[in-house]
Amino acid sequence: MILKGRVWKFGDNIDTDIIIPARYLALTDPKALGEHCMEPLAPNFSKEVKPGDIIVGGFNFGCGSSREHAPLAISALGIPLIIAKSFARIFYRNGFNKGLALLEADIWEDVEDGDIIEVDLSSGIITWKDKQAKAKPIPPFMQELINAGGLINYLKRKLGG
Amino acid sequence: MGMTITEKILASHAGKTFVEPGEIIEAKIDLALANDITAPLSLEEFEKVGAPKVFDKDKVVFVLDHFTPNKDILSAENCKKIREFSIKHNITNFYEGGQCGVEHALLPEAGLVIPGDLVIGADSHTCTYGALGAFATGMGSTDITYGMVTGHIWLKVPENIKFVCHGKWQEWVTGKDLILHIIGKIGVDGALYASMEFDGEAIAALSMDSRFTIANMAIEAGGKNGIFKIDDKTIEYVKGRSERPYTVFESDKDAKYREVYEIDAGSIGLNVACPSLPSNVKNVDELKGVHVDQVIIGSCTNGRIDDLEMAAKILKGKKTAKHTRCIVIPATPKIYAEALRRGLFEIFLEAECIISPPTCGPCLGGHMGILAKGERAVATTNRNFIGRMGHPESEVYLSGPAVAAASAIKGEIAHPREVL
Repeated sequence: MILKGRVWKFGDNIDTDIIIPARYLALTDPKALGEHCMEPLAPNFSKEVKPGDIIVGGFNFGCGSSREHAPLAISALGIPLIIAKSFARIFYRNGFNKGLALLEADIWEDVEDGDIIEVDLSSGIITWKDKQAKAKPIPPFMQELINAGGLINYLKRKLGG
Repeated sequence: MGMTITEKILASHAGKTFVEPGEIIEAKIDLALANDITAPLSLEEFEKVGAPKVFDKDKVVFVLDHFTPNKDILSAENCKKIREFSIKHNITNFYEGGQCGVEHALLPEAGLVIPGDLVIGADSHTCTYGALGAFATGMGSTDITYGMVTGHIWLKVPENIKFVCHGKWQEWVTGKDLILHIIGKIGVDGALYASMEFDGEAIAALSMDSRFTIANMAIEAGGKNGIFKIDDKTIEYVKGRSERPYTVFESDKDAKYREVYEIDAGSIGLNVACPSLPSNVKNVDELKGVHVDQVIIGSCTNGRIDDLEMAAKILKGKKTAKHTRCIVIPATPKIYAEALRRGLFEIFLEAECIISPPTCGPCLGGHMGILAKGERAVATTNRNFIGRMGHPESEVYLSGPAVAAASAIKGEIAHPREVL
């Protein structure tokens, strides 16, 4: 699958309190959560971001809480993919469980806000301007879960079979 | 080749004799936990799966602690959904209202976690139970649904990092100062995906409450779990709390560690993590003159009886500064009752502290002590991210109970010696 979108750059250690502050966690509707996504750092982000746009982060993206409201809020804005230097462990599981693609690649220094990048999810090749990079392959077990349509579908199949 | 305590617990729950870092296992769980924020999403997924029941009604735990007492209509509705689910599925360990406490203080206290267990929780601070020599880690709601339905979970066996502490602790120094020191040294992703194991005679000298504090903050270094050697103090703690037989696992002498840190306990001073990362650690004496609007003494990190005792020792006969609010939050009803019995409430009230019912409340900026723009808090909690306790331009400094209490009296970040 090929994704093409505009880059929104965020730095290192983007924590879950930035992605979705806890005062909104009584909400469970993804759309309502999306309206507050990245609010403490970028209050207009949810208004300006367009479906298909891509987040590029630094180290340890998604650190902090286990709240699945974080990937839900990002997905609700139509963002299909985050590329970061590294991801926090719980966020990494949650992203895949909630259908948000996560790729590890070291492109932060080389892309600019607003760049249009193209990402081939199967090969991990990232292309923008005259540049190219390759993301780390998705671990085989995570790939298996993605192929099954996510953890819940994997579980349904397991129970059904 | 030898195994670590973490590897042994994982192997035993996966029906294997040996596991090694990087391996993916499907492990049996002893407990699956969710709270009032994370359970609603778990239950939505549970509906989608269409499972008729949970794998074991005694091994699924709900603690409605984050926004308790319910802060608004939405949070009350969420609790109602969880309550209805719990009644329908006859869930044994459902905690709300006057039985409810901060989950990671409550579960060990209630004997729901014992040495050798494997626990998953939809809360990142689930790693707290590693203090008991159990493997415990945080996950999202969907993973917890998987555990609630099947009684199993997939896990990647983590690499191991060991922290060995020797020597004697300075006065007032607790587990909080050690874990802040470690996070300051290795960074907020220094233990990313790894197991953090704590060992050495200075660790053995720490109380269980201090060990819970340390394990609690393993996640703030990116760790998958934090874990302690099971000793007499662990067994003494568990005694009388659970009738389930516990299993003592111990790291082999030839177990493999990615890194080993040797730490001189005597070199650890009173530490404070400055905004806006838990790794931004300074000695308290470097922060003289920093005004404080609010002090929080509580949370799953430092809301236990040892913490309240230490705060009371400093607050006794004193008053909080005129423009500084001090909120004391005993983490569970039992800790609350014990603090009352020991006369700590009298000390707190005379010092003009606010005594809050058990809740996560202000720690995550939920309710019961929110900061205005430009306000600053010293908190014994675990996170000081941007806007964590309120307005995006408010600030949180993390410390142990001694610095928090001293700062409440002085109205500025302070070492206890400055107020005693």
